[in-house]
Amino acid sequence: MNNNTAYQGSDKYIASQELISAVNVAAALNRPLLIKGEPGTGKTMLALSVADNLNMQLLIWNIKSTTKAQDGLYVYDTVQRLYDSQFGEGDVRDIKQYIKLGKLGEAFISDERVVLLIDEIDKADIEFPNDLLWELDQMSFYIPETGETITARHRPIVAITSNAEKELPDAFLRRCIFHYIAFPDEEMMRQIINVHYPNLQKELVRAAVNAFYSIRNLPGLQKKPSTSELLDWVQALAVGGIDPRIIEKEIPLPGVLLKKDNDMALWQRKHGGEAGDARTAGKKNITSYWRS
Amino acid sequence: MFTSLFYGLRREGVNVALTEWLTLMEALQRGLANSSLINFYYLARSVLIKSETQYDAFDRAFLQCFEGIETPPEITAEVLKWLENALPPRLVDQADKKPNLDWSLEELKRKLAERLKEQTEQHHGGGKWIGTGGTSPFGHSGYNPAGVRIGGQSVNRSAVKVAAERAYRDFRSDETLTTRQFELALRKLRLLSTAVEGERNVLDLDATVDATGRKAGMLELVWARERKNRIKLLILMDSGGSMNPYQRLCSQLFNAANKSTHFRDLQFYYYHNCIYEVIFNDPFCMKRNSVSTYDFLRQYDSDYRLIMVGDASMGAGELLMPYGALDWWAENEEPGQVWMQRLASHFEHCVWLNPIPKQYWGRVEGRYTIGLVSEIFPMFELTLDGLNAAIKKLRVKR
Repeated sequence: MNNNTAYQGSDKYIASQELISAVNVAAALNRPLLIKGEPGTGKTMLALSVADNLNMQLLIWNIKSTTKAQDGLYVYDTVQRLYDSQFGEGDVRDIKQYIKLGKLGEAFISDERVVLLIDEIDKADIEFPNDLLWELDQMSFYIPETGETITARHRPIVAITSNAEKELPDAFLRRCIFHYIAFPDEEMMRQIINVHYPNLQKELVRAAVNAFYSIRNLPGLQKKPSTSELLDWVQALAVGGIDPRIIEKEIPLPGVLLKKDNDMALWQRKHGGEAGDARTAGKKNITSYWRS
Repeated sequence: MFTSLFYGLRREGVNVALTEWLTLMEALQRGLANSSLINFYYLARSVLIKSETQYDAFDRAFLQCFEGIETPPEITAEVLKWLENALPPRLVDQADKKPNLDWSLEELKRKLAERLKEQTEQHHGGGKWIGTGGTSPFGHSGYNPAGVRIGGQSVNRSAVKVAAERAYRDFRSDETLTTRQFELALRKLRLLSTAVEGERNVLDLDATVDATGRKAGMLELVWARERKNRIKLLILMDSGGSMNPYQRLCSQLFNAANKSTHFRDLQFYYYHNCIYEVIFNDPFCMKRNSVSTYDFLRQYDSDYRLIMVGDASMGAGELLMPYGALDWWAENEEPGQVWMQRLASHFEHCVWLNPIPKQYWGRVEGRYTIGLVSEIFPMFELTLDGLNAAIKKLRVKR
């Protein structure tokens, strides 16, 4: 492997050996890298880190439920052209100026190799990945309006993230390099916190991480707190000047970690003591019966 | 190369395609595995496996394929130190690289153990001792067709050991059905249409061009209505005592349906064993929180899709006799069967999901009533396959 093009992780992002290897394989083979994992495990941050480490430009294509595959390639602004023809503005005969390239198109015509992040591909319609098969495989597409073919000058490193809200089609998966980011263990979690907040007390971090995993391991939690929530919590604890010795016992500011009423009630039950919180006890949710 | 891994994976139920296998071969040819088993393990996994649910199957296949390979004997820090002051890598002519085929791992390990015992100092460039740049089987940057690399680019953990840990056992999908799978099945229940109601907020390009042309170039925008799913869904759940064993399964279905945002309307109601003159708003089935079944039928048009969830197992009297309901306050003048038929004939699309596996329907205690109910509602088992079949049924009229 050529050393100066190999991703090695960056100071701001702790990547496991497996993940680094997956990134490098994808880059070397020119295949899209599909990243899955629990929310908050740093899927999106990975692309930032890769771009940072390899010194490449990062293009982000955020996928929404209404995004079409075509949007990533190019958009033909017909209305603008009709408008211009009505008022005689611009050169209406030149279709080219009404073609606007999308993120994928931009990545193709870039003068240097770039990192393209297709974020949350599972948000789009079920057919979306299939519509991109050819373009990602051949790294080129054809614009019928102008008769042009846009071909990648340098095949971009494509990172795709998915939250598994929809299943991706097999044909698409077959072309990807896949990596599942497992939830970090306690040791790695301490490293991650250290990277983000290097000046924190060791004792505080240790206590917070312990408390965090004890909450995460509560059976029956609907939404497990994730890394990003822990980071917020640690910061909140530090800013609030809370004594590390009481963190594990009392778990201050639980609202940063637990976002659902039911989870909060569950935690309070397990935690005993102050369970008489009138707000949650008074509201008997029907759904809690079925979700128990 | 490694074809046994390919077939091993397929035996474990991972359908590795030939294209993926060729990708792996290409990667190996380019040296992306760095000639180490652990790197090969990660490389093969990222290329061949496309879901965390199959990581465990991969681990099992990998173990089977590479079981005999173990980590070399303990290398002491001292030996590693000998290797630090290395000769430049030995470049070997292609012609000289005669594969030495008559070696065995056992012998190699024995010899390495011997050398470790005998050798007392640094040694570089020779043919026997542990060192760098030579042709002895032990050391690094040298060449021996059947050698043990010590040091150099590091082998941190043995791949076989990593595979043996089977850290991804929990992700196996054949063990439990997940909410997500139910959700995916429910997503198939959609019927897109440009309904009459709703705002016109999507630009109809073809019509715009057409209209502008007709007006001789005066821009005329034409808007159309967005296509929306117009499926409306009613789910009635049995909340009786005999359903307790299936509560987990039913709650998964409940959560999945609840999370689905693509229905135009989604309502849950509850009943106890059988439908009579009232239907309940919550699973506690108390009369003070109920609606009359006639009101219910008036409220929901026949274009609602109806999913009944229940084990359909009850005393025959509950279904067939007037005043047969289990609850002491019930006053059903008509038997449950009549009410069920009334429901089934009101809704054009309806199915029954039974959490009891289909193979037991003919054998369980409630087999008589299961038979009767399935004459009224098309009955499916509450598994992923059953749900998929039921959804298919719901898309067409009876």
